[in-house]
Amino acid sequence: MLLLTLLFGLTASLYYAYPELGSKAPWFQALRPMHVTAAVCWILLGATACVYAGLRAKGHAPNLWIARLQWALWILAIGGIYHAYARGWFGGREYWEFPPQWAVPVMGAWALFLVQIVTAVRKIRRWPVYIWMWLTGGLFFLFAFIENYLWLLPYFREHIVGDMTIQWKSNGSLVGAWNQLLYGAAFYLMERIGKDRAAGRSKMAFAMYFLGLSNLMFNWGHHIYPLPTAPHVRYIGYLVSMTEWVFLLRIIHSWKQSLSAAQRHYHYFPYRFLMAADIWVFFSLAQAIVMSVPALNLYTHGTHVTVAHAMGTTIGINSMILMAAGFAAVGPPATPVHPARWLGIAFWTTQGALLVFWVSLNWAGVLKGFWQMSAQQAPFSQLMHGLRPLFVVFAGAGLVLAISLGALGVALMRTTLTKTVRPDLNNIEKTS
Amino acid sequence: MGYSASLYQVPAEDSAILPYDKPRAAEGRLVWQRYNCQSCHQLYGLGGYLGPDLTNVYSAPGKGEAWIRAVTASGNTLMPKYNFTEQEMEDLLVFLRATDHSGKADPRSFDILPNGMTRQK
Repeated sequence: MLLLTLLFGLTASLYYAYPELGSKAPWFQALRPMHVTAAVCWILLGATACVYAGLRAKGHAPNLWIARLQWALWILAIGGIYHAYARGWFGGREYWEFPPQWAVPVMGAWALFLVQIVTAVRKIRRWPVYIWMWLTGGLFFLFAFIENYLWLLPYFREHIVGDMTIQWKSNGSLVGAWNQLLYGAAFYLMERIGKDRAAGRSKMAFAMYFLGLSNLMFNWGHHIYPLPTAPHVRYIGYLVSMTEWVFLLRIIHSWKQSLSAAQRHYHYFPYRFLMAADIWVFFSLAQAIVMSVPALNLYTHGTHVTVAHAMGTTIGINSMILMAAGFAAVGPPATPVHPARWLGIAFWTTQGALLVFWVSLNWAGVLKGFWQMSAQQAPFSQLMHGLRPLFVVFAGAGLVLAISLGALGVALMRTTLTKTVRPDLNNIEKTS
Repeated sequence: MGYSASLYQVPAEDSAILPYDKPRAAEGRLVWQRYNCQSCHQLYGLGGYLGPDLTNVYSAPGKGEAWIRAVTASGNTLMPKYNFTEQEMEDLLVFLRATDHSGKADPRSFDILPNGMTRQK
């Protein structure tokens, strides 16, 4: 799914650099949802694998038959969704949009995943914070996913403002839910790497968890400041979003500690991805806080700053955590199949390309922000023409990113396929 | 759950907007989705980035119903043409008219309050 994400994303980026393709080759309509579906599936399936590996390492392996049924439902859903795109059948709601009948197998697969989590965690005593994250992330995802389809009922669809409010509430919560699953995986990995079991049970870890959970439930309001919904919805979103300062200040406060940990574990390849995710958390959080202040949101809302934020979080944070978990699961990276030197180059190229990609999108977004607030507004086509050089840089950086991140994905896949032992996060202990 | 339930009730602002044909606007919303308009266009700044925001296209100077009919039927240098049925076109127009009546998406139409919040002028 990662490779498909990169392929569709790269092709779609050409439409920004060369928008005249829109009328000559009108495939963009299909490319965007194809890209989003691949990216969401990469994150969700990766997060599922992380949770299963973590539970197995704790001695609570998932039921094989339920897992097989779950994967079968995913394959059915993904096959059905891509078949619909290929035939030009849309009809769903952005961003993860597809004909609604394919939501049924996704919902079924997720319900089975929840059964597996609940069955396993019931046997675990004194839950560390990441178990809470996996359980609540899984539960909230199912709730938000069902909520995301309330528009099927005419009662909701007939009320334009209320319908859009619910749509962006559920979209925001879905992202928050999968972040809980992945941050849980990162927490678990750090516990294994640092061999510090107390970290996942500290008061600070739980305080951060509850703050994250409240953000998942209430901070989505910052997506819809311009929507004429009830003022308290916007104020709650604004107030809860501002609690993200606590996360940002904590990162700054523990900077030295993080640096020392980075020096200690840098030799261990999976750790580098966690280090990269930490840095992208800092950038994304700072950006999110700026976007959540309504007065500044007037300049960023509806611009490419939002795209930059989505890319920074899904690639810089989500994908880096998944890469860390993947490389940790398949064991030491220095094998004849993919020498560590190659991996090191691919890792740093990915980070550099992502930075250029992110900056070019932000730059384009800021220019659009000033355009949309200017008294003498030039036509939209003129704005887009003026942004074209930045889109060319964005597409170029996207190409480099696709090659380097794709190379890491292929290396991970080859190692997984050639390994004779079952992938297991226990390998971390052998290599750290 | 309580907060979610409160949101499922019709917001006061929805009942305050000009009356519109709700069932047909709901059908128009489905046309918008079926033809994947959100891939390129936005409503209230939410959606794609290749085309302009269409929240107030119905009342925008130089745009309006005739313009929407013409541009969807013939396309332009950036947008392909669409073969809507007459029913689909009518439903889409009702949806866009209702969206237009619901509020203003132009960021310049907002005031900034001392606490950093924004409010429609």
